[in-house]
Amino acid sequence: MKKIHYREWGIESPRYWGLLAVLGVLLAVGGLATLYMEHEGHWVTGMNNQIVWGVPHVFAIFLIVAASGALNIAAFGSVFGKKIYKSLGRLSGLLAMALLVGGLLVLVLDLGQPSRLIVAMTTYNFKSIFAWNIYLYVGFLAIVAVYLFTMMERKANKYYPAAGLVAFVWRLILTTGTGSIFGFLVARQGYDAALMAPMFIIMSFAYGMAIYLLVLMFTFKLDGRPIGDKLLLRLKNLLGIFVAAVFYFVVVYHLTNLYGTENHEYEAFILRDGGIYTTLFWVGWVLLGMLVPMGILFHPGLGRSRGAIVAASVLVILGGIAAMYVIVIGGQAFPMAIFPDKIIIESGFHDGVNGQPLHYVPSLPEFLLGLGGIAVALTATFVGVRLLKFLPESLADEVVDPHHG
Amino acid sequence: MSQKIDQERRQFVSVAGVAAAATAVAPGVFLLGARAEAEPRKEPVTDKVRYGMLIDTTKCADGCSECVTGCEKENGLDLLRMPEGADPEEWDRQRPRWIRTVKVKDRLTGRVSTLPMMCQHCEYPPCTDVCPTGASFRRADGIVMVDRHICIGCRYCMMACPYKARSFIHENIDRQLSIAPRGKGCVESCNFCVHRRDNGETTTACQDACPHDAIVFGDLNDPNSEVSKALREKANTQLRADLKLNTGVRYRGI
Ligand code: SF4
Ligand code: SF4
Repeated sequence: MKKIHYREWGIESPRYWGLLAVLGVLLAVGGLATLYMEHEGHWVTGMNNQIVWGVPHVFAIFLIVAASGALNIAAFGSVFGKKIYKSLGRLSGLLAMALLVGGLLVLVLDLGQPSRLIVAMTTYNFKSIFAWNIYLYVGFLAIVAVYLFTMMERKANKYYPAAGLVAFVWRLILTTGTGSIFGFLVARQGYDAALMAPMFIIMSFAYGMAIYLLVLMFTFKLDGRPIGDKLLLRLKNLLGIFVAAVFYFVVVYHLTNLYGTENHEYEAFILRDGGIYTTLFWVGWVLLGMLVPMGILFHPGLGRSRGAIVAASVLVILGGIAAMYVIVIGGQAFPMAIFPDKIIIESGFHDGVNGQPLHYVPSLPEFLLGLGGIAVALTATFVGVRLLKFLPESLADEVVDPHHG
Repeated sequence: MSQKIDQERRQFVSVAGVAAAATAVAPGVFLLGARAEAEPRKEPVTDKVRYGMLIDTTKCADGCSECVTGCEKENGLDLLRMPEGADPEEWDRQRPRWIRTVKVKDRLTGRVSTLPMMCQHCEYPPCTDVCPTGASFRRADGIVMVDRHICIGCRYCMMACPYKARSFIHENIDRQLSIAPRGKGCVESCNFCVHRRDNGETTTACQDACPHDAIVFGDLNDPNSEVSKALREKANTQLRADLKLNTGVRYRGI
């Protein structure tokens, strides 16, 4: 294995600024949408007192989950001592931080009282997994920053394995925390399962890897830097395995639910009668988000084509957003069983009369806020690779030679 | 038109009057209403009392919603208006409700009952467990409520409440009562008319409004209170008893 040289992103200025300008427009639109919702109040969104977490949560949770997943590539380098991944570690750390910041921003800007964030930072209820998450997120940013420093500063190199281990363990706890936000909700049938935490972890592996692959290929292509086939094939195989693991968890989750009679109605809702939620589950998440990408990635011919790998990664990401929509919003749309042995036939508060799902139609500003979060993550990443030495000059086969990995 | 404006103006003035009178005696988080007939509470809240309620659904008349009207008037929910340009159906899903009537039919027997639903004032409330800032809290006397000064509007408590008892304020507020302060972006729910508790009064607005005496409210820790006696007398249940939240609101006849 040759010594790896890192260099700032060298694309010509007009291209770089053009890219930032496009992202800047997205940021501005997201900002305006936020101001509008902030000023008017949440009545301009599709959210209501029946469905209280809407599209912003879908984007925020997706980004937060993907953030911890994006760090895995670095972890393979340090924790499992895989040299081939070491050269990928810097971008992995940067992307993880950028995605987390993007996700958190969306979450915070969707609060009813975002200006009281200082309250959330100073007044804690330690029984709340949410309060724990605030620590976990802030800690994640700090730990990954230190981890990056140990990678990039020669004098700190000796602390690299230790920092890598801490970062890896932290990210596992972090995603456990994110999954537990749902896992601890006894009130709702779609949640309240310890399986949520490991399922979120494995989802993070897949979504983080898909985003990583796209950003890696994009930044290298634009700058004319080579990525060797062998490395790319490894990464796409990993993505395929992660997606397969998500598939396994989804199957187990629904099968265990089907085993317990009390969950049959919820399962019927998601799998058969839920309208948009059923469509998003089968078409968005299962077919386009898992089966088609697995077909592409494991196909002996297709799986070697760069275009097909890009397509598979994009599908995994879209499938992941569909998955979050099904989990976050579908889980709320299914009426709560306040009277398990009775049917509600009239209600003054939309309790799911006659088992009808609760109503939610997302509004444009909610999507724009979500897209703004993605734009924040990408902007931070591109500015980062432009200013500092995050990207290896080359990932050609002869440089990273996997046989020595 | 002008008559309507006049009416609204008059209403606003009277609201403002109540507000001014009440704030004069209302320091701290729990704003107290100024009422002539009862003494404001002087000692801190203790756990010697636990407030609770029994609702006899066999007395609830089909189509009656007097308790809802009474609650909304008492706590200023009737002062809220649909934002201009809102869709009435959507607004109906977004407007806050502290109490609602539900009509349920037994799946097996087909028996139909009507009952009011509100915050059940759980002894182990999931809403306070999940609240990141501690804005959702349970008072020593068993009343569960939201401190609107530290609620960040995350709505996690709404995700966690098994009774869908909580509401988020979706719109700008221009008129409110000082006894039940509210603000855009905060969560609120039934608080057993906490201003009355702190002012020495013994009833809740829904109880007063009920023409059929279906609601009995009082101290569950006092064996001689009306509510304790009524609870002992006939069988009653908690909603979602399987969750073991030991609710302060009990139902008879469902
Ligand atoms: S009914 Fe809901 S809001 Fe009221 S105390 Fe119980 S969990 Fe909290
Ligand atoms: S919305 Fe307010 S009261 Fe509810 S959990 Fe969040 S901070 Fe607590």
